[in-house]
Amino acid sequence: MNLFDIVGPVMVGPSSSHTAGAVKIGLVARTLLGEDVAKAEILFHGSFLATGKGHGTDKAIVAGLLGYTPDDKRIPNSLELAKQAGVSCVFGSIDLGDAHPNTVKLHLVGVSGKMMDMMAASVGGGRISVSEIDGMTAHFSAEYPTLIVRNEDKPGLVANVTALLQEYQINIATMQLYRSGRGDQAVMVIECDEQVPDCVAVALKQLDGVRDLTYYPG
Amino acid sequence: MYKSLEEIREAIEKSGKPFWQVVQEEDCKESGITIEESFAKMQAMYQAMKDSNEEYEDGLKSASGLVGTEGAKIRKAREAGKLTCGDFVAAVMEKALRISESNACMKRIVAAPTAGSCGVVPAVLLSIQEKNGYSDEEMTKALYVAAGIGGVIAYRASLSGAEGGCQAEIGSASSMAAGSMAYLLGGTAEQIGHAAAIAMKGLLGLVCDPVAGLVEVPCVKRNVIGSVNAVTSADMALAGIESQIPPDQVFDAMKCVGRCLNPDLRETGKGGLAATPAGIEIAKSMKM
Repeated sequence: MNLFDIVGPVMVGPSSSHTAGAVKIGLVARTLLGEDVAKAEILFHGSFLATGKGHGTDKAIVAGLLGYTPDDKRIPNSLELAKQAGVSCVFGSIDLGDAHPNTVKLHLVGVSGKMMDMMAASVGGGRISVSEIDGMTAHFSAEYPTLIVRNEDKPGLVANVTALLQEYQINIATMQLYRSGRGDQAVMVIECDEQVPDCVAVALKQLDGVRDLTYYPG
Repeated sequence: MYKSLEEIREAIEKSGKPFWQVVQEEDCKESGITIEESFAKMQAMYQAMKDSNEEYEDGLKSASGLVGTEGAKIRKAREAGKLTCGDFVAAVMEKALRISESNACMKRIVAAPTAGSCGVVPAVLLSIQEKNGYSDEEMTKALYVAAGIGGVIAYRASLSGAEGGCQAEIGSASSMAAGSMAYLLGGTAEQIGHAAAIAMKGLLGLVCDPVAGLVEVPCVKRNVIGSVNAVTSADMALAGIESQIPPDQVFDAMKCVGRCLNPDLRETGKGGLAATPAGIEIAKSMKM
């Protein structure tokens, strides 16, 4: 926390969690998709569902999907602006059990047909936590440059990935490992202190056993 | 950030530097930005506060229709000379309504410390600037004082209604505004602390009970009480009235009181005003 978390941020109201955080969720989803959004299915859970309408959470998510930041004055008009831009947005509800009350699940289709699912929660003060990407657990705040590496669950992959980061003097702030089952698909979520250059991302992708890689620049 | 107002007071005594500068330097050291970058950023916050007041729209209503037009009504009554509270307090009240209504209406504001309490600090600071003609630079320094107090409250207690109730949002904003007003009017570090303490004490125990869970009822009007409470608290401190309980201990008490509050009274929209028949009726009509 710094002084500008106390006085700040500059944001479009009314709520740092239900509005500013929701914009950030949309923006992170768009960045992870890596292209303009053509279609979005937006499913609200818990408090987002109960009070989202009055907080403009629907407008906020769509604003983020359009690439707006939480202080963008176009946020209140994002639904019309999305329509004008040919972005189709469908809203619905979902019961995610005891997930964080401010959780949303997104099914996105990009302009090239690329698809992505993401689940994220707005955890207060405009901060968020991405909890799932394409059905795989992945807890990260999107405040750091973040690597999401999907790989085969086999020995040595973590060492290979971290060795490559070491080679480029990239310090790891946090690192989490998940897998769908033993020897099955695994995910590494690595939050870094430094930006990861394109050449490193390409090299990581080429490592034996790495299936896919997504990078969020923070 | 500093963990107590006592630490800030000691740093001021040791360095001979003013309150705002001690707070600024500590933050720059931690976050790795330069003094100049920090000052420019804080000045931009003050400008954004001014903008949030000026961009108010008289006829605008929130999506729920629960708030909107209050600021315009007070202005009209103020211009007609119908208010009893005196023009400075009227100016503060008007701005608190304008800015917090704007927040409810999805306009751009500065969270200070939160969106729900965004009207308090600017209502007080903009009104004093109008009255006494301070430069924007001086006002930026006052914002550092507000942020420094808020940082101490964040460390010792909380700035979130979900954790501490409304006392953590409007109470903290009021405490920050009171301290920064005392600074602007030439208060010592002790007087700034007393102003912050008196303001928080006045709002201790305030619950967070938003109707339908929205940042509207009673939040918008609570911004008024937070602002006016800040003005009276700063005036008391500047007149030499002291808080018998030191500010850091007042903040600690706020944390304890927050913990004692039933979760229904901590931003869940389940207790207090939200649980009244009228509140429940409004909530029913607001489902997405």
